[in-house]
Amino acid sequence: MRNTKNQAPRLELKGITKRFPGVLANDHVSFSVMPGEIHALLGENGAGKSTLVKMIYGIMPPDEGEIYWNGQPVRISHPKAARKLGVGMVFQHFSLFEAMTVLENIALGMDAKIPARDLEARIQEVMQRYGLKLEPQRIVSTLSVGERQRIEIVRALLLDPELLIMDEPTSVLTPQEVEQLFVVLRQLASEGRSILYISHKLHEIKALCSHATILRAGKIVDTCDPRQETSHSMAEMMIGGDLKDVKRSAGRSFGEVRLSIDGLSVPGDGAFGISLKDIGFSVRSGEIFGIAGVAGNGQNELLLALSGEVPSDIAAAVQVDGTPMGTHSAKHRRLAGMATVPEERHGHAAVPDFSLTDNAILTARDRLGMVSSGIVSSRAARKYAHDVITAFDVKATGPSAMADSLSGGNLQKYIMGREIMQNPSVLIVSQPTWGVDAGAAAAIHQSLVDLAETGSAIVVISQDLDELLSLCDTMAVINEGRLSDPMKVSEADIEQIGLLMGGVHGDADAPVKISEEVAHAY
Amino acid sequence: MRIKLEKRAKPRVAMLLITPLASVLMHIKLEKRAKPSVAMLLITPLASVLVTMLIGLVVFDLLGVDGVRAVKDLFLTPILASYKWQDVAVKAAPLVIIALGLSMGNRAQVWNIGAEGQYIIGALAAAGVGLLAGATGGALVILAMVLAGVLGGAAWAAVPAFLRTRYNVNEILSSLMLTYVALQVLGYLIGGPWKDPNGRNFPQTAPLNPDQTLPILVPGTTVHLGIAIALVLPFLFWLLTSRSVFGFQIRVVGSAPHAARHGGFDQRRTIWLVLLISGAMAGLAGALEFTGSLKVINLGFPSGFGFTAIIVAFLGRLHPIGCLVAGIVLAVTYVGGQVAQTSVHIPNSTAGIFQAMMLFFILASDILVRYRVKLITKKAPSAASGA
Repeated sequence: MRNTKNQAPRLELKGITKRFPGVLANDHVSFSVMPGEIHALLGENGAGKSTLVKMIYGIMPPDEGEIYWNGQPVRISHPKAARKLGVGMVFQHFSLFEAMTVLENIALGMDAKIPARDLEARIQEVMQRYGLKLEPQRIVSTLSVGERQRIEIVRALLLDPELLIMDEPTSVLTPQEVEQLFVVLRQLASEGRSILYISHKLHEIKALCSHATILRAGKIVDTCDPRQETSHSMAEMMIGGDLKDVKRSAGRSFGEVRLSIDGLSVPGDGAFGISLKDIGFSVRSGEIFGIAGVAGNGQNELLLALSGEVPSDIAAAVQVDGTPMGTHSAKHRRLAGMATVPEERHGHAAVPDFSLTDNAILTARDRLGMVSSGIVSSRAARKYAHDVITAFDVKATGPSAMADSLSGGNLQKYIMGREIMQNPSVLIVSQPTWGVDAGAAAAIHQSLVDLAETGSAIVVISQDLDELLSLCDTMAVINEGRLSDPMKVSEADIEQIGLLMGGVHGDADAPVKISEEVAHAY
Repeated sequence: MRIKLEKRAKPRVAMLLITPLASVLMHIKLEKRAKPSVAMLLITPLASVLVTMLIGLVVFDLLGVDGVRAVKDLFLTPILASYKWQDVAVKAAPLVIIALGLSMGNRAQVWNIGAEGQYIIGALAAAGVGLLAGATGGALVILAMVLAGVLGGAAWAAVPAFLRTRYNVNEILSSLMLTYVALQVLGYLIGGPWKDPNGRNFPQTAPLNPDQTLPILVPGTTVHLGIAIALVLPFLFWLLTSRSVFGFQIRVVGSAPHAARHGGFDQRRTIWLVLLISGAMAGLAGALEFTGSLKVINLGFPSGFGFTAIIVAFLGRLHPIGCLVAGIVLAVTYVGGQVAQTSVHIPNSTAGIFQAMMLFFILASDILVRYRVKLITKKAPSAASGA
């Protein structure tokens, strides 16, 4: 055991069990986190990681088992009690009030009442110290996913926690931001704070964590020292089987241009919306084109402009197989062979309280002839939903399962399958594997590669640079609504991409300065 | 003890009901269901009617009225006494027709609260066409009157639709306010240009030309053609909402506007369509009520059907067939209110209280569809025992 010193663990779980109707979410889970330790909690979606940390954070009580805090048994009945103990948490799903400002949201998360001005000063201090950029007066609804997450991180750090729980914190950050976050986390650990780090990005865990506990189906299946393992070996422990690597045929050649974007400009929505400025690129048959960028630099706007949800004034701005579609709506672009998958699964790509069959109707009804004279053939929709479930190995009770009863990864597989099986000539996907586990992500990547090999043109918008580098043939970087010149991935320079992602912000010096400060503190 | 209770009857009753309820509430927990419960979807409207009856019974009894009799007359007499059936049918028809339109809007999260105004304008439009036709009548004139009612109602609903889609004005407020405008229009017309010349200066239209009235379906009763329409329409709406792309569109726009846009549905168009349809239905109801039942428009013509239909829509779970059943239930309380007025001497407006109670209970019990109630059983805290 590593608990050789007579120091008590910061946090120790003994036989924690939690049941939900029909599911055993956690089955006698025991592990401990020492002071100053960065401990990884690894597992696929639905393995029970979130349930476990919810119990540590006092959101729900365990059915069985004990929690020890600094050697003392504790009952954490409420998140407030958890914060009082010194547990801070950054959630995967943010709990923010959309209509309020960043400052108000942080103030609401504080247990003690602090005057707004003092709080703002403290926020500025934390942001400075850890290099987290935020404008306290902005309304949350205008912020991107990445910015929203920063609020959560700042909120947790303001409470000066002894144990910080991070649930999938890097899924929306750039390499530089991840690096910065890691510096912060190591700094926090060196201050004696413990960190419980939940992720399935294995190379991050390798780089950051000294211990890992691996959960599968609610049970601890393994523990390891990530520094001694490979990403591949940890992934296999996590999914409990062989991990398939994406197979691509070498020496591929591209055909004619299928998607051509030229002079696409869209004014920003609202005071803080990002406007797209003169976007231009083209994607050939068989090519996978990646668009990298920090969250909130116009990716959402770009997807909406490409999908036709926000049409352009210029017909030639978007051309599918040579046909100008810029002024056409989403419905018409879809009929012309374009399929899109937006970043947000719940409420955008899919309707959460609709069945999978109804969600098939949502985007596949016209292309697959599910509608005749205004009447939907529910049989055709059901069959298509069933085919997608089978072909993409979606874990669901069947076509009538509600979309929100599926785990994130399974719903994403379903959505990807729904679009891919319509055999689009152009497929545009945003964040295809956000919050998706390694097994599902590999399946999604493989399906994109396979689709490209049938001659489709594919655009992948992602904040996960590794994903783009491994998947794409060509890539460009979006920054403040402008797209860089495309570059061949085989010749791409990560430093260069990183600079494009952050450098055009107008404060290129800032990150360097911050990391120097942090380095001094470290 | 009864005498002492009389003055403070209300707070006492409340406490009587609340104290046992509160002790139960402290021991229950709501747990999200994996799927919305279909059983609860069907049981809760029924339960709300039953709870309304029960609470009505207790409250009336404590107020010194014969509660059993009052509730029986309100809810059962109109069903049990066959001679009341025609009254129920006549009252149910406009409620069902209006509720069909409203439920469609509500599914799309478009809240038309102004059906009463659209109903009035529909009736006035029908009356206007009737006046234009003068002494001529017959099927074509009646059809033109009913169509005018449909168009009038839709036109009245077009105003909130325009304001909402163009200027993002909340349709709840605009449609509601337009009801009062409609009332003023009605007052102006029946007191001015359309006043019955032989009506002793009463503000009302001349009685409808008998050739312009809807045919009676069952001789010797008041059962007119509008009732048949109210029976057929729910099935048409059912077909439309469950099978058509339009029905799908309404549901998507209502539950996930972004997904609707992603799926190629135009939200503005949907708002326009559902408001026009609900306005048209209210207008149709007004025209049918005028040509089939009342045959005269006076200040008593707007009887609140447009508002009661909101309750019908919710009690009917926004389902067309549900609207049909709920419309009949609400019509029963209208008719029963009149019965109870004569039998136990409670004011006719008591029916309104019962209707409101039903709405409260149905809205309150909505949570049971998505959540299940669990009793917290006290058990020894497991953390106390060390391993």
